[in-house]
Amino acid sequence: MTWKLLGKRFGMFLIVIWGAATLNFFLPRLAPGDPIRERLFALSTQGGLTQTGVEEMVASYNARFGLDLPLWQQYLNYLVDMLRFDFGYSLSLFPAKATDLIFDALPWTVGLLLVTTIISFVLGTLLGALIAWPRSPKWLEYLAAPMLTLAAIPYYLLALVLLYVLAFSWKWFPLSGGYTPGTQPNMSLEFWWDVLKHSILPALSIILAAIGSWAIGIRGMMISTNGEDYMTFAEARGLRGNTMFFRYGLRNAMLPQITSLALSLGHIVSGALIVEVVFTYPGVGSLLFNAIRGADYFVVYGVVFMVVLALGLATMLVDLAYPFLDPRIRH
Amino acid sequence: MGTILVGQVAPAADTATPGIRRKLGIATYLKRNPKLIAGLLMFSSLLLFSALGPLFIDRELARPMSAIPSQPPSSTFPFGTDDQGRNLLAVAVVGLPLTLQVGLIAGFVAIVLGTVLGLTAGYVGGITDMLIRGICDILLTVPGLVVLITVAASIQGAISVQMMALVVASLAWMWPARTIRSQVLTLRERAYVQMAKLSGMKTPEIIFREIMPNLLPFLAASFVGSVAAAILASIGLEALGLGPQNEPTLGMTIYWAISFNAVIRGMWWWLTMPIVAIVILFISLFMISAGLDEIANPRLRKVSS
Repeated sequence: MTWKLLGKRFGMFLIVIWGAATLNFFLPRLAPGDPIRERLFALSTQGGLTQTGVEEMVASYNARFGLDLPLWQQYLNYLVDMLRFDFGYSLSLFPAKATDLIFDALPWTVGLLLVTTIISFVLGTLLGALIAWPRSPKWLEYLAAPMLTLAAIPYYLLALVLLYVLAFSWKWFPLSGGYTPGTQPNMSLEFWWDVLKHSILPALSIILAAIGSWAIGIRGMMISTNGEDYMTFAEARGLRGNTMFFRYGLRNAMLPQITSLALSLGHIVSGALIVEVVFTYPGVGSLLFNAIRGADYFVVYGVVFMVVLALGLATMLVDLAYPFLDPRIRH
Repeated sequence: MGTILVGQVAPAADTATPGIRRKLGIATYLKRNPKLIAGLLMFSSLLLFSALGPLFIDRELARPMSAIPSQPPSSTFPFGTDDQGRNLLAVAVVGLPLTLQVGLIAGFVAIVLGTVLGLTAGYVGGITDMLIRGICDILLTVPGLVVLITVAASIQGAISVQMMALVVASLAWMWPARTIRSQVLTLRERAYVQMAKLSGMKTPEIIFREIMPNLLPFLAASFVGSVAAAILASIGLEALGLGPQNEPTLGMTIYWAISFNAVIRGMWWWLTMPIVAIVILFISLFMISAGLDEIANPRLRKVSS
């Protein structure tokens, strides 16, 4: 039965990827205007080229990218290109391929997201559960209101505030970038320290904002878990507080939290992308921001496709891990 | 609590005394639901600000070049001015309603779509249900904002506020549809629905006259949730530069402040106005939706106390 579930979930993942690719293919073609033509016209007004030259260039581009083929053939070619992660050339940094730009930026984003999601999930879950736990010290309850506030505001607003206060006014942290400009990325300890210093503020904004929503989520669950009969029974058996908290309370209250992790990954990533823009962190978010400003469509579509793919994969993994955490759901 | 439960969750049951008793019930209940009150107060102060603002300040001042650029807050410019000479107080007066408008339109479209699909899936069942639920499940795993980026980037030229709302709404209906469907599944089995079915009522009539009224508190809660989600998505798109380029919405103000390096130039006031407005907006919506949740789902009440 597990195999059937696995197959079904994997099928869903494939549909999402196929849907994203199809959207990327058809939307630009349905939209008024032609990105290549517009881009070339914009370039020609800058460089003073004549219009006839532009029309010829458009035609040669169309032949080069196979845009003169029938639509279905273009579509099939496109899907094959997507499978090979070939998103075409960047229009603003021409000889560079969109794929290379994306894969250069990807490690920064993945690193930042992985660390911040894990830290905020663990801290937020523990904190929220402790707020709801009747034996916790009283002052913890005062944390509930700030948590609610943090949960309600978008990540990047917090990022802007932190940037202004901690980096601009107090000068504790660098203002922007992923490492000091001028240094070459290498494997030395010094460089890693530099990277760490630059990533603390982006990470802090994501962690602080995300902790709130995790804490709010688990708090409600923990309160209803505390009312369950097995908790009363555990207490009657004289189990230690720690055992009750972790093995009886948290273990059960956490299960819906895992589901919401899978559901909110998209939300976290979207927020983190804009946080990157605030700090001009060299990840996918900044790449996307610059591509949008430069009307660099192939890079925009490439980034969107990669993010959908990565998130689809991550969501699927979380979903599939669920039966291992909850023995009741071994289909 | 029992009487309120009747008044709120099954209003169709007491059709004999519709008006007064229910209003009284709501008034006494509100006292016990401080979150809802605080949220509504904050939200209505924002509405009041956008309604009364234009009486005190000329909306034209929200255009570029209408004031001295880059001025910190002073008695002439209470919120300061930005790099392009917009009076930020005027921007708040013009921008806040625009942002609210995007949220309300998108939230409304999302909730209508979600309700229709959720009701159909839940009540009709069978293949229709499987299809709708499948589409929802698949779309829910998609990062909404990221897909909206493709859509917004493809719509070339200046996108209008209404267009923006529709773009956002296109990926906001799945969650309402999913949750409404599961509500309908439980309502469908209630005795009065069975009774209506036996007495020969037609399906649309059962859906709209028997099931819908009982869904209302629940719909209100998910409407507020959808509005908040829509505003979040629209501000996200705008902060990335995909918003209406000629309208000073709150998100566009953030985009301009980021693009023109407000932080590095020490222009804190440029960011303060949109950040404060957005934070108040989100906290108020969050509290209203938490408060409404308690009405729609009485089991939550003991949690809050």
